[in-house]
Amino acid sequence: MNASTPEVQGHGGTQKTQFRQLIKKMGSLIGLIGLSLILTFASPYFLTMDNIMNVARQSAINSLIAIGMLLAILTAGIDLSVGSILALSTVMMGIVVVKMGMSPIIGVAVCLGIGILLGWVNGMMLTKMSLPHPFISTLGTMNVARGLALIVTAASPISNFPASIQFLGAAFIGPIPVSFILVLVVYAAFHIFLNYTTVGRYIYAVGGNPEATRLSGISIDKVLIIVYTISGLMAALGGLVLVGRVNSAYPLAGLGYEFDAIAACIIGGASFMGGEGTVWGTLIGSMIMAVLRNGLNLLSVSAEMQTVAIGIVIILAVYIDVLRHKAAARFKA
Amino acid sequence: MKVSTGTADMKYVSAIKAFDVSGGLCMSEYFLSLKGICKRFPGVNALTDVSLDIKNGEIHALCGENGAGKSTFIKILTGVYQSNDGEMLCEGKIVRFNNTKESFSLGITAIYQELSILPNLTVTENIFLGRELRIPGFGLLDYRRMNHLAKTALLELGIDIDVTKTASEYTMGYQQMIEIARALIANVKLIIMDEPTSSLSGREVDILLKNIHKLKEKGIAVIYISHRLEEVLAIADRITVIRDGCKIGTMERSEADEEKIIHLMVGRTLEEKFPRHQAQKGDIALRVRNLNQRGRLKDISFDLHKGEVIGFAGLVGAGRTELARAIFGADKIDGGIIEIFGKEVKINSPKDAIHHGMAFLTEDRKGQGLILMHDIIVNSTLTGLKKFCKFGYFIDQKMVVAEVDEMMRELQIHPAIPKMTTRLLSGGNQQKVVIAKWLCSKAKIFIFDEPTRGIDVGAKVEVYNLINRLVNEGAAVIVISSELPEVMGISDRILVMNSGKITGEFSCLEVTPEEILKAATGGINHECKHA
Ligand SMILES: Nc1ncnc2c1ncn2[C@@H]1O[C@H](COP(=O)(O)OP(=O)(O)OP(=O)(O)O)[C@@H](O)[C@H]1O
Ligand SMILES: [Mg+2]
Repeated sequence: MNASTPEVQGHGGTQKTQFRQLIKKMGSLIGLIGLSLILTFASPYFLTMDNIMNVARQSAINSLIAIGMLLAILTAGIDLSVGSILALSTVMMGIVVVKMGMSPIIGVAVCLGIGILLGWVNGMMLTKMSLPHPFISTLGTMNVARGLALIVTAASPISNFPASIQFLGAAFIGPIPVSFILVLVVYAAFHIFLNYTTVGRYIYAVGGNPEATRLSGISIDKVLIIVYTISGLMAALGGLVLVGRVNSAYPLAGLGYEFDAIAACIIGGASFMGGEGTVWGTLIGSMIMAVLRNGLNLLSVSAEMQTVAIGIVIILAVYIDVLRHKAAARFKA
Repeated sequence: MKVSTGTADMKYVSAIKAFDVSGGLCMSEYFLSLKGICKRFPGVNALTDVSLDIKNGEIHALCGENGAGKSTFIKILTGVYQSNDGEMLCEGKIVRFNNTKESFSLGITAIYQELSILPNLTVTENIFLGRELRIPGFGLLDYRRMNHLAKTALLELGIDIDVTKTASEYTMGYQQMIEIARALIANVKLIIMDEPTSSLSGREVDILLKNIHKLKEKGIAVIYISHRLEEVLAIADRITVIRDGCKIGTMERSEADEEKIIHLMVGRTLEEKFPRHQAQKGDIALRVRNLNQRGRLKDISFDLHKGEVIGFAGLVGAGRTELARAIFGADKIDGGIIEIFGKEVKINSPKDAIHHGMAFLTEDRKGQGLILMHDIIVNSTLTGLKKFCKFGYFIDQKMVVAEVDEMMRELQIHPAIPKMTTRLLSGGNQQKVVIAKWLCSKAKIFIFDEPTRGIDVGAKVEVYNLINRLVNEGAAVIVISSELPEVMGISDRILVMNSGKITGEFSCLEVTPEEILKAATGGINHECKHA
């Protein structure tokens, strides 16, 4: 029972169309493999163990944030505040641990707690204050959290975290970065959550048809609050990994991360209309983003050109989403 | 679109001529001829070798069970789908449509049950959408001329409305007329109507049928699809019956009667149109007292017993759906008492209502009943999902699949593919999925709002049997229906509503349609107990 399995659909059952459907289903994976192949030929360094692990590590933060974002997108919503939540939660951890010298456990609790709190606030504003769209509630939070992060740090970074806090972002088990293992564990958990729990199924339902869902006796408010709370939590977790990697918490961290996360979801096949999208698709979407950045770096493409390339990929991916919906609309009665 | 012209297609033309001679028919009589149309979807043969001719200016009805392939057939006519096999001749030329634009340019258009009116545009803008008139030389829109033409087209249909207002200000019936006016302005030659009357009130249906006759007089052909056979018999010149994707036959109106059509549709004769339940009236299941909702419901009071079916009759807009939504907690009420099995309850949301054992099948299954992009399993288990849970939260997939399989067999949902996206099901089968959803929730009080809308005659009896089974098992049922024979056929008591009030209460044994209509249109109160 998986709402995101491709629909049994029209255009005849010829071999060719079945093939086309398979491509559609595996679209993003094929994209990832294709991209990797090209880069393998373009750069001898690309397919080395070092580089692959490097990509895995670089993709981790975006992957963690994107899976929270996926929940919001599944409900036909969006969470613009993830980058700012990441910043505020990590600098608060820095203040608690580095400046006030408290135990790392308390620091981590503060970090994740702030993520949860801000996410919950997002959800409450959306549902209880009936703000018309999560774009608005999370845009507000995005600015408030960023501003607070700048205020509490007086706009300067905090460094020298204890090793235990850096573990998630910096450590390796054998050649494999801990952050990537964390991503795999988190994604497996989300896969189970979305497909095999009631709340997970309700998230798909809310995005698919809110009115039908409400009339089926499901509290939409509750579902949305859970969604945004989890998204906030995942942003803070992403922050924890970032702090480990750069050994620093800074108030301008995570600028623009919301867009990378959204891009990962959409490239991975999630639909902005809600109700469609998968956990593994999002992982692939996030990997595509990371491979692309890595490849452009290897080919020493300038930072400016990289930005252009990423922009084009995002547009292309959303265009594919549009095409998919046009195709779907044709089947409506 | 390939409209065949030139020498390369001469062989087609001669083939047509040969056909003409053998059939002894004059070519010009037909606007459209379809030959051997086949359409396959993965796992389903929606159409097999269907041939059909549409004469100029005829009203041609298509009848068939849910999922027989009627909608698929017209989607091929309009270019939404492409046939796998077979060919189509439009005014003697071979055509193949890749989209609706191409069929439209040859004068074929369809009006669906879900209207394609844009509610935020004015009536005129809707009518001229995509074909706006411009002031010559300027390129600016010529609203004066468009308004005038729109008004004239609507007047021709007997509709006098302000064309500069937005379409959302008018009822479904009017919006449908706006679509027809749009077709008239474009000079179409064939209008296809797929279940056009399923959400119209009785009066609106009359107006529509009258206008279909006017279209015919103008030489416009109409293909008319409806599960209401009395409408079909009232207007059709010819009737074609489709069963399981095959054409069973075409007959002249004069050869047809209801029994014959049903027999051809379902392949057997229906024994009883309105089977009755055997249950004894028990305790009061639902007691409603002085329910009020500003501007919509006034002092509604009634009792519903276990083992009883109450039918709510009334005109469209009488407040029956509003009442159901209010009881179910979907809309807020401004006062009143609701008791369930003798206990007063507060119902603030559908969740509360379901908690107290209520179920509500909405009239608008696409907008409020189904999540169209999701499959049958997801939809049919949405309300009852909790009961499949292990350890409180984790869904037992095997149990879900087993139960859905069972329900699909019981309700004869077709095709029996649990993973089928509900958007792709035929209208009637979509309705069955909604029913499955509520069966799964183990409710005790059921409110069915237009439960047989868009459902074929055979499946209607199945729905009635299902309602009866629920009642026999001790459930209490409210049925809201705009079809008078249905209300009278299946309920024990009939409550009539008019402008948000209950204006009549009748026992089904001693009521006549006239009495109900009188109460529904604002006649006198008839033995109204709780008034
Ligand atoms: N795009 C599609 N993909 C797969 N199957 C489809 C698709 N569209 C229709 N079908 C199937 O084709 C069959 C015919 O459907 P169709 O909608 O034409 O029936 P119908 O006669 O209009 O029924 P109803 O009276 O219920 O509206 C059904 O079994 C339906 O499930
Ligand atoms: Mg149909």
